[in-house]
Amino acid sequence: MTNILIMISVMGLSFLVGYFLISKVPPLLHTPLMSMTNAISAITILGGLIIFSFETTAEAKIIGCLALVLAAFNVVGGFAITDRMIRLFKSEQKK
Amino acid sequence: MDNWAGLLPDFGIILILLLGVRQFRTPRGARAGNFLAMLAILCAVILVLYRHPISNYALVTIAVLAGSAAGWGIAMRVSMIQIPAMVAFQHGAGGVAAFLVSYIELSRNSMHLTGVAAVSGIIGLIIGAATFSGSMVAGGKLANKLKQAPTVLRGHNLLLVLIVICIAIVSAVPFYSGFACLCQYAIALIILSIILGVVFSMRIGGADMPVLISFLNASAGLAASFCGVVIDSKLLTACGATVVASGSLLTIMMCRAMNRSLLNIFKGITPARPQAGTPVQADTGKQKQVVAPRAGDPFEDAVEIIRKARTVIFVPGYGMAMAQAQFQVVSLYNKLEGLGKSAKFAIHPVAGRMPGHMNVLLAEADLPYEKLCEMDAVNDEFKDTDLCIVVGACDVVNPAAITAEGTPIYGMQILRAHEAKNVIVFNMDTKPGYSGVENPLYRQDNAVLLLGNAAETLDKVLKADLA
Repeated sequence: MTNILIMISVMGLSFLVGYFLISKVPPLLHTPLMSMTNAISAITILGGLIIFSFETTAEAKIIGCLALVLAAFNVVGGFAITDRMIRLFKSEQKK
Repeated sequence: MDNWAGLLPDFGIILILLLGVRQFRTPRGARAGNFLAMLAILCAVILVLYRHPISNYALVTIAVLAGSAAGWGIAMRVSMIQIPAMVAFQHGAGGVAAFLVSYIELSRNSMHLTGVAAVSGIIGLIIGAATFSGSMVAGGKLANKLKQAPTVLRGHNLLLVLIVICIAIVSAVPFYSGFACLCQYAIALIILSIILGVVFSMRIGGADMPVLISFLNASAGLAASFCGVVIDSKLLTACGATVVASGSLLTIMMCRAMNRSLLNIFKGITPARPQAGTPVQADTGKQKQVVAPRAGDPFEDAVEIIRKARTVIFVPGYGMAMAQAQFQVVSLYNKLEGLGKSAKFAIHPVAGRMPGHMNVLLAEADLPYEKLCEMDAVNDEFKDTDLCIVVGACDVVNPAAITAEGTPIYGMQILRAHEAKNVIVFNMDTKPGYSGVENPLYRQDNAVLLLGNAAETLDKVLKADLA
């Protein structure tokens, strides 16, 4: 059963903590930050997986597969490109 | 499962994720932060598989591997200039995944849905679908596949309002007529929301992309968050909400840096439609009385100024990215540093096509990140600087923002390049930037214009004797 109070507090709390942490990120890293949070937003992959734990119709399986492909694309692509970007940032001392 | 002890692993995973985000305070820690976030997602997947044994491993594995391979392949191949388009397309993929999952959940047990789950499912569906189509339009514009200028339809506002009303009606109907035919309503909602996304983002212009892309970042997170409610996964909801926080914070920052309201940008009110013939004029007091060419050849002048300068600040803009001149710019920087001059870069928050875009491009050209200065940190230094080198930037250094009250750009925070003792401008032309306000900087006595492709002009400067 979905408990509305729990869900609202989970949503609100994560938002507040996230907001606080992200306000500390320097503009220097805004592009990698967005690229990483973009990867996190594909956490819907969990939803895609849960669907396959139920008895479903063939139609739902096809749609579920499509969701999994796209979410996996988003997660892996997002983290990979973020890592590529961050590695470009070099410090003066290392030169 | 709903007892608190059972939720401990979920809290652990969210903690790892937040620790990852925390690492983004410094460039050095960011890589570890990215890995922590990756770890959090991986743990979340394992936890879900443990709690919900799935029936069809082969199919799931193939789907996940196919998506991952495609994502990895593309991520390894795109160039840094394509990052904004890539991110936009990924927002779109996330949006699709969110609305598909919501759709299946709504149709699967439509008879047993609680009110909360149904409402969140429908919201997830709408936001996911609109994020998908909005991102595709944004990505198309960013990848130069669609034209950058805002496309405004006749009665655009009315159309938007009508679509929203239709969506509201279609969403409300199942709550009166029962959930039996929820599927049909859901499909109608998806179609309407896709149209909404297109109509919404088509009239947002190229230079407002940093705002749109941040906004889509937030909406993709919101879709995921609601998707988590309908599927009763607190992890999904929490991670989604963190993304919403990030996206909305960036949206606010971008709007503030442009001194425009979110509503204005979304209404597609381009700062100014260039009035026919008479561009908006502004006075800085420093400009020439008579527009006469400088005594010598501007190129020789520029070289002479560079030779004499002891302190230099570079101001890059999107023009630098378009000319792919970041490598020449950094070569020039290295040459100047080698000659014992002190040089740094001033980065305006909205320069480029997404938040922080300039930093990534210059980092790619091997510029140490300590040299990339934020606007507020560097703005007071211009007046004591011998030379400011503007590369492909216009609006972000337009003094009209300070002096010309009533122009669309007035009030926007700019980099005060005009206060430097000398200014060299490497721009394509002297046309007004996106704001449509003519830039009086170009007519200042202390400004030298080297027009044309910045990469080529800079190559010429690099060959000259600067010692």
